[in-house]
Amino acid sequence: MALISLEKLSHSYRAEPRESEPGDWALRQLDLQWADRGAYALLGPSGCGKTTLLNLISGLLQPSQGRVRFGERDVTALDPGARNIAQVFQFPVVYDTMSVFDNLAFPLRNRGVGEAEVKARVHEIAALLDLQDRLDARAAGLTADGKQKISLGRGLVRSDVAAILFDEPLTVIDPHLKWRLRSKLKELHQRVGVTMIYVTHDQTEALTFADQVVVLLDGQVVQAGTPVELFERPRHTFVGHFIGSPGMNLLPCETDAAGVARFAGYALAKGAGRGDQIGVRPEFVRFAEAGLPVRIERVSDAGRYRIVEARHDEHLIKVLVAEGEPLPNEQGHLAFDLAHTHIYADGWLVDNA
Amino acid sequence: MTTRTTNQKAWWLVLPVVLLVAFNAVIPLMAVVNYSVQETFGNNQFFFEGVRWFEEVMKSPRFREALQRQLLFTATILAIQIPLGVAIALAMPRKGIGVSICLVLMAMPLLIPYNVVGAMWNIFALPDIGLMGRGLNALGWDFNYTRQPIAAWVTLVAMDVWHWTSLVVLLTYAGLSAIPDAYYQAARIDGASRWAIFRHIQLPKLKHVLLIAVLLRFMDSFMIYTEAVVLTGGGPGNATTLLSIDLVKIALGQFDLGPAAAMSLIYFLIILLLSWLFYTVMTRDEEK
Repeated sequence: MALISLEKLSHSYRAEPRESEPGDWALRQLDLQWADRGAYALLGPSGCGKTTLLNLISGLLQPSQGRVRFGERDVTALDPGARNIAQVFQFPVVYDTMSVFDNLAFPLRNRGVGEAEVKARVHEIAALLDLQDRLDARAAGLTADGKQKISLGRGLVRSDVAAILFDEPLTVIDPHLKWRLRSKLKELHQRVGVTMIYVTHDQTEALTFADQVVVLLDGQVVQAGTPVELFERPRHTFVGHFIGSPGMNLLPCETDAAGVARFAGYALAKGAGRGDQIGVRPEFVRFAEAGLPVRIERVSDAGRYRIVEARHDEHLIKVLVAEGEPLPNEQGHLAFDLAHTHIYADGWLVDNA
Repeated sequence: MTTRTTNQKAWWLVLPVVLLVAFNAVIPLMAVVNYSVQETFGNNQFFFEGVRWFEEVMKSPRFREALQRQLLFTATILAIQIPLGVAIALAMPRKGIGVSICLVLMAMPLLIPYNVVGAMWNIFALPDIGLMGRGLNALGWDFNYTRQPIAAWVTLVAMDVWHWTSLVVLLTYAGLSAIPDAYYQAARIDGASRWAIFRHIQLPKLKHVLLIAVLLRFMDSFMIYTEAVVLTGGGPGNATTLLSIDLVKIALGQFDLGPAAAMSLIYFLIILLLSWLFYTVMTRDEEK
């Protein structure tokens, strides 16, 4: 269908939010565009405004300020039922008294679709979701993942749906089924080709599902990009330590006019401007003959690699060392991969492009 | 092999309850059973009569009429109170100061003693000085509940609706509050109408509280005595003589202890049977 664009979107749950108080706002001045047929993840800690943003797109909430557009159409004031949007919630919602078939048919019947078409669509979607043989069963009798499939099916069944929004849909699903349902989603996205926006606070879910990940913090977008971009060039220190396991190392630094950043006298990075922190992922730090002198504090084995915690003065630096690679004894030197070592000012990346 | 020793001492823990139930239910009931099969002329002389009183009660038109009035009364108030209670609960505010105000207003009738309710409505409906009675007469309805059976019934039903609809409202309101928001949100996205939301979300989720409400209202209304006696005393004539009123007339008015005891047992069995019927019908789906 169309591009979904959010323009200067702000939302507050207070009756009279103060413009100057960031704490009054769940979302602040958000500008975002979601391309048609994209697979997006909205990632952020609890309370960052993810669900609010989702509800604004689906129309369950009306924004305090700003506009929501689907293509050219301004849908800001439209009711959820009038938008071409489906939403799957954290807890599976099924209509208990209805059969699986009637559950899937419900959104179509509400919109006055003819019974023949309802039947065809429901069977088509049931086949996609592997629910064909349960169609006559009562929805209330299904397991949590089956119910969640029905919730999803009620979205897919409408031929006019432009986007499906997922609000942490795997929360109540058993761990061994999570993976299956997630790959099912990915497969559906490829086959059906609707925009999917997936809210989660789990980086694995976000990174495996989405082509584009939007990281939210305190009601603002801190970075939107591909998983690789988020990993290699976090635009904000929050993205650096929220994504990645373990997160990014952050060290205080001093920069000179040439943009060289020094930590404890060692030049570790070069940027385009001044900053106060050096950020480098544990993946891009290695032990070398020369460099920052450190003392090894702790080594924990994570299977294919080891996480080494090395100390320089009061600063701990995490280093990933591949399985089988030799480690220095107690004392060693660290070398930083220049291309992947970034300088941050007030938490934001100082562009060294 | 180990032999399992059963700790018989546990029986002592059950004893207080057994005694309590024995004294407040089993023994009085047995006394009634005792009366129901005997004839007495005082002086503590009893003559065994077998099932004669039961036959007499079952054959008597008086009992049948009282039972019919009782069934009509209960059916009427259930048909009014359950839908009305649900409707009021749906219309009540879900948050804000209005919630407490509504809840207090709703709880009020439930806190008033039964005989006071009867007395209130007795005066309220009087055609000469009562607000309702005078009002209806002023509107052109020749309304006098002490003389007209219809007017007596209208007053009786109105009183019970006023007194007890709140119970249905409170139960339903509690049931509605327990429905998670996600259901309403999903329904909005699915384009469900207000009616569809009620039919497919609210009503199914209210099933259990409504079952309780129907059972409580059925049992209470089937046993109604105090308010009705204070309001109409069973009149005019026998127009509002419900089962319990008739029972008291037989037992304490005429001192026909045998027939009264037999009637009590039949009365009790009818309530038991109908309660079981309601319960079975309303929970039938869940077996599947």
